[in-house]
Amino acid sequence: MSAQHTHNAHGHDDHHGHHDDGPHSTFSGYMAGFVLSIILTAIPFWLVMAKVIADRNTAVLVLGGFAVIQILVHMVFFLHMNGKVEGGWTLLSTIFTVVFVAIAIAGTLWVMFHMNTNMMPEHPQATAAAQHGPGAAHNTAP
Amino acid sequence: MSDIRLPAGAAAGALAQREYHLAHEPHPENGTALGFWLYLMSDCLIFAALFATYGVLGRSYAAGPTGAQLFDLPLVALNTAFLLLSSITFGFAMLEKQKQNVKTTLAWLAVTGVLGLCFLGLELYEFSHLIQQGAGPQRSAFLSAFFTLVGTHGLHVTFGLIWLVVLMVQIGKHGLIPANTRRLMCLSMFWHFLDVVWIGVFTFVYLMGVL
Repeated sequence: MSAQHTHNAHGHDDHHGHHDDGPHSTFSGYMAGFVLSIILTAIPFWLVMAKVIADRNTAVLVLGGFAVIQILVHMVFFLHMNGKVEGGWTLLSTIFTVVFVAIAIAGTLWVMFHMNTNMMPEHPQATAAAQHGPGAAHNTAP
Repeated sequence: MSDIRLPAGAAAGALAQREYHLAHEPHPENGTALGFWLYLMSDCLIFAALFATYGVLGRSYAAGPTGAQLFDLPLVALNTAFLLLSSITFGFAMLEKQKQNVKTTLAWLAVTGVLGLCFLGLELYEFSHLIQQGAGPQRSAFLSAFFTLVGTHGLHVTFGLIWLVVLMVQIGKHGLIPANTRRLMCLSMFWHFLDVVWIGVFTFVYLMGVL
């Protein structure tokens, strides 16, 4: 497919005329991404290993924030994501995936944890789980 | 691509129209990149499902060992460093490819492969260590979800390494021909994508598991 299209002069409105090489990358771009990702990896590891944040919920939020920023850094500097690649289709498919992933993960956690809180009474659950093994505990819930 | 469902009566005129239409068909110049990107996005959905599963089961220890007892954070940090370094060395290979320099491209790809092997070796060591301790995938729902998620990522890295070796042979044989640079671009996306997934793994599984 690409071989036909490369020699096809018309219909191209973007700037890079050569083959299917992907976007042009630069040394400074890769190094900027690398330095940023080292910093963004080192800080969360330090936060957890040195036990800097005592409150668990705060720590989870901070770690999640660092992960999101680092994923964005990798997307921009390593995967060369911007609104212009493929006329914006790459960005559009990524946004769709991000929305889908957010709904799938958040929805799963929401449903499953509410099911647990609503379905687990105070009584014999623990002993029943111990008798039937770990797999049985989930089957008894609904 | 072309519109083939035309009414029969308008056949002659439509044929000319169709040819006109085809000649100006807008198409992406870099179709492979978009197609491969769509594959990566669908792969993303697999990992989303596994992350969601881990999110639900990650605290179901079945009276077994917890993440805080099992995870060795310095080891994970070393593993993360290997994968991060392999990402930048793959970047260097891409830069050498842009200069059409076959030897240095192959050299950086080899460094990337060695770093990827180090990552896999360390991960397999961690897995075998866990299983020896009796913390195998059948011990608890937490460990099943853990081994599935981290193992799936490791399997991706394994296939990435196989792809890397095959591509190195091809580049060594045929040089940096357009077909090989296209394959290299896809593998580069795949490799960086695995690094992005690993960010999620070390944050949500290891770091938050130890909290």
